[in-house]
Amino acid sequence: MQRIAEAGKETAVREHSEAIAFVAMVCVLIIAPFFAYPVFLMKALCFALFACAFNLLIGYVGLLSFGHALFFGWASYITAHAAKVWGFPPELAILSGTAAAAGLGAIVGALAIRRQGIYFAMITLALAQMMYFFAVQAPFTHGEDGIQAVPRGKLFGLIDLANQTNMYVTVLVIFLGCFLLIYRIINSPFGEVLKAIRENEARAISLGYRTERFKLVAFVLSATFAGVAGATKALVFQLASLTDVDWPMSGEVILMTLVGGLGTLFGPVAGAFFMVTLENYLTTIGQWVFVVQGLIFVVCVLLFRRGIVGELAQLLRVKL
Amino acid sequence: MFELLGISSQALFGQLLIGLINGSFYALLSLGLAVIFGMLNIINFSHGAQYMLGAFTAYFLLLYAGLGYWWAIIIAPIVVGITGIIVERLFLQWLYKLDHLYGLLLTFGLALIFEGTFRNFFGSSGLPYSVPPTLQGGQNLGFMFLPNYRAWVVAFSLAVCLTTWFVIERTKLGSYLRAATENPTLVRAFGINVPRMITLTYGFGVALAALAGVMAAPIYNVSPQMGANLIIVVFAVVVIGGMGSIMGAIVTGFGLGIIEGLTKVFFPEASNTVIFIIMAIVLLIRPAGLFGRSA
Repeated sequence: MQRIAEAGKETAVREHSEAIAFVAMVCVLIIAPFFAYPVFLMKALCFALFACAFNLLIGYVGLLSFGHALFFGWASYITAHAAKVWGFPPELAILSGTAAAAGLGAIVGALAIRRQGIYFAMITLALAQMMYFFAVQAPFTHGEDGIQAVPRGKLFGLIDLANQTNMYVTVLVIFLGCFLLIYRIINSPFGEVLKAIRENEARAISLGYRTERFKLVAFVLSATFAGVAGATKALVFQLASLTDVDWPMSGEVILMTLVGGLGTLFGPVAGAFFMVTLENYLTTIGQWVFVVQGLIFVVCVLLFRRGIVGELAQLLRVKL
Repeated sequence: MFELLGISSQALFGQLLIGLINGSFYALLSLGLAVIFGMLNIINFSHGAQYMLGAFTAYFLLLYAGLGYWWAIIIAPIVVGITGIIVERLFLQWLYKLDHLYGLLLTFGLALIFEGTFRNFFGSSGLPYSVPPTLQGGQNLGFMFLPNYRAWVVAFSLAVCLTTWFVIERTKLGSYLRAATENPTLVRAFGINVPRMITLTYGFGVALAALAGVMAAPIYNVSPQMGANLIIVVFAVVVIGGMGSIMGAIVTGFGLGIIEGLTKVFFPEASNTVIFIIMAIVLLIRPAGLFGRSA
């Protein structure tokens, strides 16, 4: 009897492991600005959201997009343009950036899901490169200079985002809101179908699911969240530049997710904080950053495929 | 010299020739990618970096050993091919049983390491490499001026591509390769050392990339980034052609190079993006690629 009760308790802890980890994460993020530089934290949060969006696709549908910088970068361009040239308030600017990312996601997704596996990665990479060249040539992006001095404005006409604390709270709320939404998507019946496609697409088709529709919706959702991340980043740094649409950015988000743990809920967040912190220390070494990133890729793929959170979850035997 | 639609024949055929040269590189690189993918089931993202390594090897041979272009075109593919074999033995062989994407991610990491290292020592500006003395000068064909070196690049690439096609499709060695692509276990049961064949195939694919790099050195400068952007275009070429057919890779490579060259003449704004646009159209009309079989 007692043993059953204990076992029950243990499952209860397991079932709530995600909730416990979430509360811990929120607490850390609330206390963090008292110890760390807020702009650094906001950067890490934007990348964490970007990585979560990317993980939605690779971790839960098994699709490797090598072009997610496209949605991140173009959302930040549209947001910056809307806020600076059209004078949009921040909430509308972020919404326009996000909408642009969703639209691009629908086009790229519709094309890319026509091919499977490794081709999917190559198509997304090629289309992202095409949009990179558009960004280089289009006059409104100001080429190499980017869109600079983007006004942060007043949120809902009330909250002045020029204040660092207000900006941090806004970014935190956006991040947590999207994080919960992604959690909800993964654990919905829709999410279960996505996981079924990841495990065995042919069987999902045989069960009567139109997998290409599910894949397209998942792609658009992922692009949209990546767009939210890019749009928020444009307001935080008051800048939209070519770096955010170029392919190394697509590589970076893959690396963050890989380091944190593919297909884990908290992995992308851990990976993003790890990489942003690392790059913060590595700014002085110039081009060696790429070499370090490459080494991390090689080590992760060969020895550390579960990532930080994946290994931790394995060690504690809980779901994270 | 004559004019066509307001464009001088020199400009038109000049761009066509550049298109053919780019096409040769697309063909050589996508051929290597297709051969490697067939045997290893890995998309070799470091192909662009290995092309760059080929060009740099030629540059080093000239600088430190005084060995010119003709030595480089033999030695550089062998040297870079051997580094490829080392890479396969050290890293890639552990990934064959895993999902395709890990191979892509690992070779992406390797590309970052190679390119980052060279960028650190040589910056981003290009280093000059001169055309070999025997191929300097050119022919005046009446409608255009044809530099000898460029004619050589097109002819030699075509010859290498066709030889590769012949070896794979028409010889006994090639039949082993094709059989091992279809069913490695069965071929092993017949007493053929498939793992060694896989290693050598990777070395050969990488050597093709290095060969393209040596040929590119006198046309474009030798620079650490020369492969990074090229490889993305080559990916699009591979998507358009489909990796199922060797001849398909060659034809698509040259064809797209020519189309790109023509776009530079008639609609220069789109010259960077035309291959990607063609890829999107092909995906809409023939999702399996022009020469691909649908899975």
